[in-house]
Amino acid sequence: MNDTLHSNEWAQARRQFLKTTGMGLGATVLGALLPQNTSAREPKNFMTGEPPKAKRVIFLFMAGAPSQLDMFDYKPDLEKQFNKPLPPSVSMGQRVTAMTRGKEQFVAPSMYKFAPQGECGIPMCELLPHLSTVADDLCIVNSFNTNAINHDPAKTFLCTGSEIPGRASMGAWLSYGLGTMNQDLPDFVVLTSAYWTGGTRNVQALYSRLWGSGPLPSKYQGVKFQTAGDPVLFLSNPQGIDSQIRRRMLDTVSEVNRGDFARIGDPEIETTIAQQEMAFRMQSSVPELTDVSGEPEHILDLYGPEVTKSGSFARNCLLARRMVERGVRFIQIFHRGWDHHSVLPKQLPGQCFDIDQPSAALISDLKQRGLLEDTLIVFAGEFGRTAYGQGTLKRDDYGRDHHPRCFSGWLAGGGIKGGQIYGQTDDFSYNVIENPVAVRDLHATMLHQLGIDHERLTFPFQGLDQRLTGVEPARVVHDILI
Amino acid sequence: MYSMKLHHIQNRIRSACFLTLSVLIISSAARAEDVKFNRDIRPLLSDRCFHCHGPGEGNRQAELRLDQADGPQGAYREADGVIAIKPGSLNESELWARITSADPDVVMPPPDSHKEPLDEKEQELIKKWIEAGAPYEDFWAFVTPSMPELPQNVDGAPIDRFVRRRLASEGLSPSARADKRTLIRRVTFDLTGLPPTREEVHAFLADDSPQAFEKVVDRLLESPHYGEHMAKYWLDLVRFADTNGIHHDHYRDLSPYRDWVIRAFNDNLPYDDFTRYQLAGDLYPEPTRDQLVASGFNRLHLIIDRGTALPEESFTRNVIDRVTSVGTAFMGMTVQCAVCHDHKYDPFTMRDFYSLSAFFNNIDANPETGGRSGTDFLRGLQTPYINLTVDDQDARLNELAQQIEQAQVPVAEVRKQQKELADDKEADKESDEYKQAAAELASRLKQVEAELKAIEKTRDDLLMTIPGAMVMKERSEVRPTHILVRGAYDNPGEEVHRASPAFLPPMPDSEEPRSRMDLANWFVSRENPLTARVTVNRFWQQLFGVGIVRTAEDFGAQGEWPTHPDLLDYLAVRFMESGWDVKALMKEIVLSETYQQTSSASREQFLQDPSNRLLARGSRFRMDSEVIRDQILASSGLLNEELYGKSVKPPQPEGLWQAVSMPSSYPSAFAADSGDKIYRRSVYTFWKRGMPPPQMTILNAPSREECIARRERTNTPLQALLLLNETEYLKAARQLALNILTDSSISPENRFDAVVETVTTQLPTDAERKAYQRLVDDLTNIYGKSPELANQLCQGVELPDGVSAADLSAWTMLASTLYNLDVTKTRQ
Repeated sequence: MNDTLHSNEWAQARRQFLKTTGMGLGATVLGALLPQNTSAREPKNFMTGEPPKAKRVIFLFMAGAPSQLDMFDYKPDLEKQFNKPLPPSVSMGQRVTAMTRGKEQFVAPSMYKFAPQGECGIPMCELLPHLSTVADDLCIVNSFNTNAINHDPAKTFLCTGSEIPGRASMGAWLSYGLGTMNQDLPDFVVLTSAYWTGGTRNVQALYSRLWGSGPLPSKYQGVKFQTAGDPVLFLSNPQGIDSQIRRRMLDTVSEVNRGDFARIGDPEIETTIAQQEMAFRMQSSVPELTDVSGEPEHILDLYGPEVTKSGSFARNCLLARRMVERGVRFIQIFHRGWDHHSVLPKQLPGQCFDIDQPSAALISDLKQRGLLEDTLIVFAGEFGRTAYGQGTLKRDDYGRDHHPRCFSGWLAGGGIKGGQIYGQTDDFSYNVIENPVAVRDLHATMLHQLGIDHERLTFPFQGLDQRLTGVEPARVVHDILI
Repeated sequence: MYSMKLHHIQNRIRSACFLTLSVLIISSAARAEDVKFNRDIRPLLSDRCFHCHGPGEGNRQAELRLDQADGPQGAYREADGVIAIKPGSLNESELWARITSADPDVVMPPPDSHKEPLDEKEQELIKKWIEAGAPYEDFWAFVTPSMPELPQNVDGAPIDRFVRRRLASEGLSPSARADKRTLIRRVTFDLTGLPPTREEVHAFLADDSPQAFEKVVDRLLESPHYGEHMAKYWLDLVRFADTNGIHHDHYRDLSPYRDWVIRAFNDNLPYDDFTRYQLAGDLYPEPTRDQLVASGFNRLHLIIDRGTALPEESFTRNVIDRVTSVGTAFMGMTVQCAVCHDHKYDPFTMRDFYSLSAFFNNIDANPETGGRSGTDFLRGLQTPYINLTVDDQDARLNELAQQIEQAQVPVAEVRKQQKELADDKEADKESDEYKQAAAELASRLKQVEAELKAIEKTRDDLLMTIPGAMVMKERSEVRPTHILVRGAYDNPGEEVHRASPAFLPPMPDSEEPRSRMDLANWFVSRENPLTARVTVNRFWQQLFGVGIVRTAEDFGAQGEWPTHPDLLDYLAVRFMESGWDVKALMKEIVLSETYQQTSSASREQFLQDPSNRLLARGSRFRMDSEVIRDQILASSGLLNEELYGKSVKPPQPEGLWQAVSMPSSYPSAFAADSGDKIYRRSVYTFWKRGMPPPQMTILNAPSREECIARRERTNTPLQALLLLNETEYLKAARQLALNILTDSSISPENRFDAVVETVTTQLPTDAERKAYQRLVDDLTNIYGKSPELANQLCQGVELPDGVSAADLSAWTMLASTLYNLDVTKTRQ
């Protein structure tokens, strides 16, 4: 049997497959798809067979865990429970953190007002006036739940489907499964807010594992854009080298590389040449992407006053829209500062100010460009917060501890049915009583919208076919889909 | 239509993919008439069947397990008149009917399992195997290796014979020996991670003796850089890092452990002792400092700082992490699946996992790191640790401890007097006399406290200069161990005792409870089937880019079958019989003709065997990030060859740590070192797990959160950007240009040869020399016309006589060109 034939056939078939699924692919990037040490098994037939509803995802990750009670999960009757002990029938021996273990649990109702908004009339919190205007596009989920009770494992779980550090992240899975949609930019970009308004009291750490590729080939890992200096590390020519000099130098590099390829025969040398050319192109495509000076005034106004500052959540939302336009598949924005163990009312309004207008703008901006329908936006933290107070407990001064049993977030665009609330918690926003959505269900649903069967998108590692949704059964939440 | 076509294409991908990637295994299997259970059948059964019909009890269906022939649930058993596998009879074998059925309700694996059905070739293998009597074999990796017979009818050293026998069976022949320049470059990088100097190259070229290469090898094995390079691989495997990895991701200092690993390789500490020291160094009757430091292996896991998690949970997490690293490093197995359930593919049970964990859960340490006050936090230490004192430091510390004790006496005395005074009910507290007495005492207290604090500060200042080494320490009382139901820390099940996994040869009888030392001895016993194989495979991987078993981290049923099983066993047995002599093993491999083959081949040959599994040529693969950086530093003359010490921070782009740290992380912002510290070898680079240095991770260095037995190798535009634009690398190119331009022993016409030889070890071809000449001419011209660019590039450099800024700039760019060549970053 002729091995070369099959090897070419494989490459050809893969090329064909990517073309057929609407992923234009230059020869340059194809080189990157054939790594040196090819894995034993490539992705199996993992597409659902249905046309995908979404082409790309923007994940707005609220690191630190925003309070669902004060933002989304409206519990008007809780007012009457102020400072009363949380009934044991509700807490049911719930695991707590070391911070509130052994302490009595007194109910802290939210001090914020909610009012019906949009044609759908779903109740929205007064801290989110702009998101209220796009209520009809939002599918608010109040029944998210997770396993972990501390930030680090919970964030790792939400981003990679496992609490154990070192698994592939959501965006890496998508790059691995779907390949690239553009020739000049990464598939998976991570943006982090450089500051936030809620204060620096309880800011939680991030880790590059949250956008890592785990056991997948590392070219699938997220590329973190920097808020200062080069947006992509080592992008700019150092001082003393301009683009003409760089071009001249690269010509010689390529010339010698090509000679070496003729002599040595290793196709990997061709890949090196192609990647150096891609790097050169990125030196113009990335600055073009991050330069927002051409954005008209009314668009900047849409995103709010902070958009002028590099590293703001608003700027990152605007950049996310520009990336969507340029074919970046997965964009993850991290906003920190939500860990409100105490003085929540002092910190939450600022945090909401940071995210409210920009994320509403992202929805309406994508919508007016016809991009919302195939762009899935997800907004969530790593867990929720307790109905009982932590620290000082007054009507207008309280804190909340970590709470994995339920938390809230929202989805929009990308085939999501807007203007609805999905899932229900008990009177204390403590336990999910209807339509639970586990983290793995969220992952399964996201993959489904991109046309992927989450059970089939696997990668062999440590003796198992790893997948984003893990080993426990996960469900696609069809109820929230159009 | 759309989905039909898609489906068709995907099927093509699937089958084409299977053919390509399994070709090495299947083609030989088809040629050789005999089908081997372990090689051909077990991987199929493991992949498609074991999930429901394998070792794991939880999922087992129909009370049938196909990993065993016999037994009440074995493949040969008859149940309700049905036999899964009837040796010799396809018709009577239900398995055959099931895997070939077209009926979705009957076919195995069932469609809803999402497992691929067996294709024709796979079915053919099963058919042949059943017809041949369906013989089962014990899983190869769990059987003690014995010395295989040397292949006859082929020439060469034992290694070459095993390789050539396989080549002959594939109709291939070995390649010629690489040229001498390639050879010295290859072996110098492989053994020391550094390039050869021009002098070393010339000396080798001038040595026509038959032992010339061996002399080079011996020199390299004696180089202290050998240990640094060997340590790099080990540190990946045990996830050595400079931060705790969870929550605040605070600093911690385990650099003495890293230094011990380097020394151990340089001193050629036998690998069995290397294993014993790490697993149980603290349990020697009178442990040496090295043995204690090495036991820090058990402290390399991620650890959370106290205050948010529950300590019981943290404790469990630490133990699991520790046992997992033992599994990866010493067993080449992924054991952590068995935290929650019996392993689905390997015979590794939950009982095995928790019995193994019982050796590692008796540590006398807090499960979370302590508070922020005191020198322990600043020194990055968590008890238990030892102070690595030198000279009279011990005496000085004792002395200070005594002084502190003495200084505490007056403090206590004054406080007592204050209390007595305050408690004196008869005293008139408004009286001047009383007030004066109180004031005197307060003043006295201030004074004696200041004296105490001064001594404490002297002690703390001294401690801050003394490295500490975190060590393993056993509690006096053995902690009971339970199987944790579904892996939950708060759900203990049946109690278990310390034991090695039941599917491996048993530990010899010894007093209960067995100790970690007993376990270490069991790992390095001649009977242990895994330790030596797993170890030699990793060293082989280091030298050839890929192991004899490709999945160096997984020697279990889901791992890959070795390309050269006999060679693996030969090396393993030889390694053990040599007294676990690592240097002897490395030497034997690099002296083989297999190792010394040229890596040039036709494009077709590269496509046929991209990872060079058959070894018909020399291997060619991209160097690791550390090697690439160290090469640039060494060839430019910047490398600081100092050995050992605290981790250092070469410059990196700003803001990376702040973007991920908590404001209260220690440290939360990156501060680069200065001076020649920034030119230390990369093995000494500070490793923050939450954000390791990008110069490393962009080139596939792992985050050191998990044990990694083999790195991935990709080729990406971000790597190209790094090598083009990293400012320290550019400075190194400028330094190299300066060296060349100012070296009076290099005539101007020889400069191109000298600079190319310095970086690539080769001399340029005529065409290359012309290309470089053109580049330098063009750039000299461009920089001559743009003096501001030349000045920027030459900033901070005093230009030597006769060298203009334009000259230096052009030559800097030439050096940078060389650093960006594929052949420079590739070991070939």
